[in-house]
Amino acid sequence: MSDVLLRVENLAKHFGGIRATDDLSLDVRSGELHALIGPNGAGKTTLISQLIGEMQPDSGTIRMNGIVINTLSTPQRVARGLARTFQITELLREETALANVALAIQARQGHSFRFFADARRERDLLDPAMAILRNAGLEHRARIHVAALSHGEHKQLELAIALATEPKLLLLDEPMAGLGAVESQDMTMILKALKGRITMLLVEHDMQAVFALADRISVLVYGQVIATGTSAEIQANTDVRTAYLGEGNS
Amino acid sequence: MSLFIEQILNGVQLGVALFLLAAGLTLIFGIMGVINLAHGSLYMIGAFAMAWATARTGSFWLGVPFGLAAAALTGVLMEVLIIRRLYARDHLDQVLATYGLILFFNQMATIIFGRQPLFLAPPSELSGFITLLPGMQYPVYRMVIIAAGLLVAIGLYLLIARTRIGMLVRAGATHREMVRALGVDITLLYTFVFALGALLAGFAGIMAGPLYGVTAGMGEQILILTFVVVVIGGVGSIRGAFYGALLVGIVDTMLRAFLPGLLRHFMAGQEADALGGGIGSMGVYLLMALVLAIKPKGLFPAHG
Amino acid sequence: MDETCDIASPVKRRRAALLVAVLAALLILPFATQALGYGSLTSFATRIVITAIAASSLNLILGYGGMISFGHAAFYGVGGYVVGILYAHARSGEAIWGLMPGTSDLAVTLPLGLLVCGLLALLLGAISLRTSGVQFIMITLAFAQMIYFLFVSLKAYGGDDGLSVRRRNEFFGLDVRDDTRFYFLSLGLALLWFGFMARLVNSRFGLVLRGIRQSERRMAVIGISTYRYKLAAYVIAGMGAGLSGALMTNYARFVSPDMLHWVQSGELMIMVILGGVGTLLGPAIGAVVLLSLESVLAAYTEHWQVILGPFLVLVILFWRGGINGLISRLTGARCE
Repeated sequence: MSDVLLRVENLAKHFGGIRATDDLSLDVRSGELHALIGPNGAGKTTLISQLIGEMQPDSGTIRMNGIVINTLSTPQRVARGLARTFQITELLREETALANVALAIQARQGHSFRFFADARRERDLLDPAMAILRNAGLEHRARIHVAALSHGEHKQLELAIALATEPKLLLLDEPMAGLGAVESQDMTMILKALKGRITMLLVEHDMQAVFALADRISVLVYGQVIATGTSAEIQANTDVRTAYLGEGNS
Repeated sequence: MSLFIEQILNGVQLGVALFLLAAGLTLIFGIMGVINLAHGSLYMIGAFAMAWATARTGSFWLGVPFGLAAAALTGVLMEVLIIRRLYARDHLDQVLATYGLILFFNQMATIIFGRQPLFLAPPSELSGFITLLPGMQYPVYRMVIIAAGLLVAIGLYLLIARTRIGMLVRAGATHREMVRALGVDITLLYTFVFALGALLAGFAGIMAGPLYGVTAGMGEQILILTFVVVVIGGVGSIRGAFYGALLVGIVDTMLRAFLPGLLRHFMAGQEADALGGGIGSMGVYLLMALVLAIKPKGLFPAHG
Repeated sequence: MDETCDIASPVKRRRAALLVAVLAALLILPFATQALGYGSLTSFATRIVITAIAASSLNLILGYGGMISFGHAAFYGVGGYVVGILYAHARSGEAIWGLMPGTSDLAVTLPLGLLVCGLLALLLGAISLRTSGVQFIMITLAFAQMIYFLFVSLKAYGGDDGLSVRRRNEFFGLDVRDDTRFYFLSLGLALLWFGFMARLVNSRFGLVLRGIRQSERRMAVIGISTYRYKLAAYVIAGMGAGLSGALMTNYARFVSPDMLHWVQSGELMIMVILGGVGTLLGPAIGAVVLLSLESVLAAYTEHWQVILGPFLVLVILFWRGGINGLISRLTGARCE
């Protein structure tokens, strides 16, 4: 349980004068659900973007299983078992839910330089995609176009696509954002079911969900981790209370 | 040596004209997010209007303001009637609609003025040569173009860096909502920016008229070079447009002037001229490829 | 994949029936026009069929892949020049660079045209695709212009004036100088091309390409390196345009830098838009409409672009989805 899957050391990223990530260090252990909380603008999404490789840090290292992955492209990182979801959903809007997941399955199966066979009818792609949608509770919506799905379904689909890449470490960017109470609960149940099988780094504002799910929590303020610990430790930490919780949940 | 300096100056002069076009193009793209292929048409309209008014009045100095006014007015009409509806559209729609405008303007020019290029002499005050160095003479008119172009560049810089309108223009590019919240009429601001771009393009066309002649399609020849400038300089960056324009102007002029001569040392005269001419005209495009291979966002990327 | 788009659905059947009817019409066209005394229509139809290949190849990258290339004429023109140059050498008897003799057999000129255009697209695409958005539009336009200037300066191959190809190529010894035969040859190749496209856009490769248009970011985080797929599509599209250009040189018995001109790129784009972006047969419809419109307008005035320009603006501003969108509305919901 205690071997480190992801190790971030002294990561820094500046935008003009703003330090979005400021000498940030963080460990995510194999198998844990590690929550990342912090006020708006603390640099949580920026961190995820750097971890997945969409953004290059100015300095610092990111290691996965001890190997530095800084220079890898996003697809290369995905091939090594990283995946992310987007807070503002990023889906193929003209395709069906099923096609979105099937494409992720297709990507996992290797290159896509196949020019003739009709991929929309390949059982190799559709069956596993359907299975994933079933687990995500979207089975009955599989053949609906993304544009016609609800916001909550978009969020579930985000997760389903990420799972289709068979990640070792899943970076979740506010999966509950904009969800109603019931939907939030459903999402919490889904994540709970994944716990232990997949290591997760969860960025989330919904404290109820965070305290219910997280093995450990890190608090990010102004681009730095100011505390890491269990739920109880974080709730008792005075620094955290003044810097973040004391200001009221945003 | 004096030939070398003369060609450098010719390059600067082409660069100045390219800058006037590139600045407008990149400003319009940077602020409104529109790619305007018909920018070259404004260049052509400025030149034709100037040539027409000069012929009618007999005075170049009456022709110039007329050409400027025609270009700016066409720009305003274009923005209000068509371009405005394209801000929210994707680039493909913008490209095709403005391409349609090019077809229209070029053909109208052909209908009104015919296919033969109009040639007009620089005004008598600006004809003749000045002596730059002992034994080295340079046409006054070209020298005036360089000076006028540089003055406009400085004026543009001051306008954008120092004035309230410039502040709004800069803010409008990145914080549309904020500008709107300040109570500024953003529709009017956009029309102003477009008209400014049209004015600059018209000015470039007016200055080019007496040098290269005025002809339908003249706008597209220089427009494509302007694209090279914008790509090299970095889309949306005025500074990039300035350095890119000078670079492209000088490289293009030098290659055309000297490459055939250089090649003649290695091969027969006729072949050298053909090959030199070919590579000379391809040169700036190869330069563009080289810059992009090293810096895909251009030399002076506008954001980040 | 919607229920309404099942094979057996009335919508799909109506479209299939329409397609069969069009195919039948294309097959009897030369005989019908001759019988009715409009023999020149066969020649016009040949031009449309050839042009449709080029428009369709542009549609692959523009409509399906979302890459707005304004330089497609580069490949169209170079394909044309491969035929022209090989013919010129076949006539003069001089080998090209002392290596390869000229030829006027389509069995050689066509594959060679495809090869040359594929390599050119690989080279230009590798550089252009490092950029995106408006830079990509500008750089593709600029590279096409570069090729244009190159051929203008090649005095050995006619420069500005271009090259005449006095006789059409042969095809495995088959004489295709006859207009009807050449029509069927072009039609056959066009059907092959469109058949290939029909398979391609629904293959794994095609789905990746469509995904890239909708969200390149999404594609990257499911592990797809988008660059290589875009480049491959660019090469395929370049080869399609090359095929079209090679046929066009045979058709017109002439090739000049006009084929490389940016206006040519613009026309291909208009066809794609008129027909409906990102649809299989849209470009063919666009080719029919634009070429017909041009020849009708040209009959009234040599200044037909004065009408075409504003027409184009109006289409873009007020009539999205193109003609194919209109047909879809008439035959029922849209099925891909």
